[in-house]
Amino acid sequence: MATLVFFYFAGVIVLTSLLVVALRNPIYSALSLLIMFFHVAGLYVTLRAEFLAAVQIIVYAGAILVLYLFVVMLLNVKREERYHQQFPIGAFLGLTILTEVLLLAYHRSSANEPALPLSQAARTMSNGQSVATGVAPAVGNTETIGEVLYSTYLFPFEVASLILLVAMIGAIILAKRDLFGEGKS
Amino acid sequence: MVEVGIKIGLSITQIAVVMGVVLLTVMFLTLAERKVIGWMQDRMGPMEVGPYGILQPIADGLKLFFKEDIVPAGANKFLFSLAPILALVPALIGFAVIPFGPNLTVEIFGVQFQPFVISDINIGILYILAFTSIGAYGVILGGWASNSKYSLLGGLRAAAQVISYELNVGLAIVGVILLAGSLSLVKITEAQSGWFWNWFIFAPPFPQLFAFVVYVISSVAETNRMPFDLPEAESELVAGFFTEYSGMRFAFFFLAEYANMILVSCIAATLFLGGWNAPAPFLQFHGSWANLAWASGVFWFTVKVYFFLFLFFWLRATLPRLRYDQLMRFGWKVMLPIALGNILITAIAAYLFPRG
Amino acid sequence: MSGAELLLDYLTRYFSVVLFIVIALGFGVVTLLASHLVQPKFPETEKLSPYECGSEPFSDARMPFPVRYYIFAMLFVIFDIEVIFLYPWAVVFDKIGLIGLVEMLVFIGLFLVAYVYAWKKGALEWD
Repeated sequence: MATLVFFYFAGVIVLTSLLVVALRNPIYSALSLLIMFFHVAGLYVTLRAEFLAAVQIIVYAGAILVLYLFVVMLLNVKREERYHQQFPIGAFLGLTILTEVLLLAYHRSSANEPALPLSQAARTMSNGQSVATGVAPAVGNTETIGEVLYSTYLFPFEVASLILLVAMIGAIILAKRDLFGEGKS
Repeated sequence: MVEVGIKIGLSITQIAVVMGVVLLTVMFLTLAERKVIGWMQDRMGPMEVGPYGILQPIADGLKLFFKEDIVPAGANKFLFSLAPILALVPALIGFAVIPFGPNLTVEIFGVQFQPFVISDINIGILYILAFTSIGAYGVILGGWASNSKYSLLGGLRAAAQVISYELNVGLAIVGVILLAGSLSLVKITEAQSGWFWNWFIFAPPFPQLFAFVVYVISSVAETNRMPFDLPEAESELVAGFFTEYSGMRFAFFFLAEYANMILVSCIAATLFLGGWNAPAPFLQFHGSWANLAWASGVFWFTVKVYFFLFLFFWLRATLPRLRYDQLMRFGWKVMLPIALGNILITAIAAYLFPRG
Repeated sequence: MSGAELLLDYLTRYFSVVLFIVIALGFGVVTLLASHLVQPKFPETEKLSPYECGSEPFSDARMPFPVRYYIFAMLFVIFDIEVIFLYPWAVVFDKIGLIGLVEMLVFIGLFLVAYVYAWKKGALEWD
């Protein structure tokens, strides 16, 4: 049953991701991306990462994709042909990354060790119950993330806020020309 | 296996009841709004269909159902049909996590069942935030697909307005989460039990009054209601993003707007006004009547929700429409600093005077 | 409750949510289809032309629009991510004590720097 659910989500994710690049109308691409985000959120839920699922929809579907839609409408692209001519480069890059992922997956399954320290920390935090044995933690996923993020990963968290500040300044500087150019002319 | 079947059956029944109640409330609201605004303007409101016009919503619904769906020339037919569904569905499914009454668990045919909440998930409030942001797609795609200048402008305005005020909603609820220590709407309500001064709007150590005001104003803006109904401002945009819509597709946008109104009223009642909790312990069934406490819980929840719905009508009858630049400036330069300041003060107060 | 029961409870809750989403989608599609079956269809050129106050529509309706919408969407993305960080913090506020408070004061301080910068640069102006 669990495998069936996984393959449903994974299958739809693969299919919709392919459609994102294959569809000629950019708005349809955006919609297929929307469906993909929901299924990724579904995968997170089955992995008991509820908070990540919510963040996935709020940030990606609710904010970033709206931005994409604005860009597509702003530029009024009817059909996108340019990227379909870049197929060889895309195929080359895609195959390289796929090989890497497969290698990594192979090494991980043979080592049978969590690759990320975060998952390890999360395991010990969740009332000592192991996630690997299929036992749900008694505390929610949000609490676990909060306790780990604001103690063990304090420094990366503050760095993230700095990065957001830089992103903000970058966005405004990029857009500034249009903002003030219009106002003056 | 039988248990699973019973569970699914109960779940489906519950969902059908909630959706039915929401849609009936929408029907009632369309009439109530016209009546209330009519009385406020010294008119009678609808009087023709049935005694005192009470059958008006049924007549409206039937009429829209049998009307022709016009798809304008040059429109994108697929997106044009999809947009109303994308607008309505997020407004309906938000009700999945709203607790309508006390957190009881009863046993029916040997299956545990919570009658007053469809699904008490740990991230309830984030789930609602996530799906309200999806509602913007229906509006923006509907505007774009119509191939009409008014629709496009209305759709864009709506999208920019919804995302701006969504930020303020997101900030306003942080204070409540901080005091409750949970994202689950059931747990947030339970944290406000007892007397009315435990409701988060008045709660010590720091009342969430400012957050409440920011939330209410932002949710009026998010539902595109007066005085923030710029996306459908009839004096400049004809009808905004649904200018070209007719028949049932138009009805869907209409339903979505009213369902969203009910949803944000439910959230406001749950987060700030104590949800199903009575203002005072003696105002609910207790003592020998204690097994009827759920009825008083549902009653108080309904009263609070209708208070907000009335507020929506009242605002519409009272306030003139804002200009678009005023609307954006108000959201980004007034509401956002207030919400941020509220978080800071609440955090410091909660640290200095820990609760319980 | 034991671990397996907790897991089952967790999955049941999300199953109800998914069920609701499916039923709501079904309601939307079925209602539109039913209405489609019973309604009259008399298309005409005049009726199908987009509304433009009675005059003939000219130029493409999907015209380019001000870049300002795009800037606000961009600001929203960044601020939204900052707000997301506040939720787990607010949930565990009681447990992380003074460190958590100071940490978040630094975070909100940086948030304010970004906000003031946007304000001063005029990115929050609409006109």
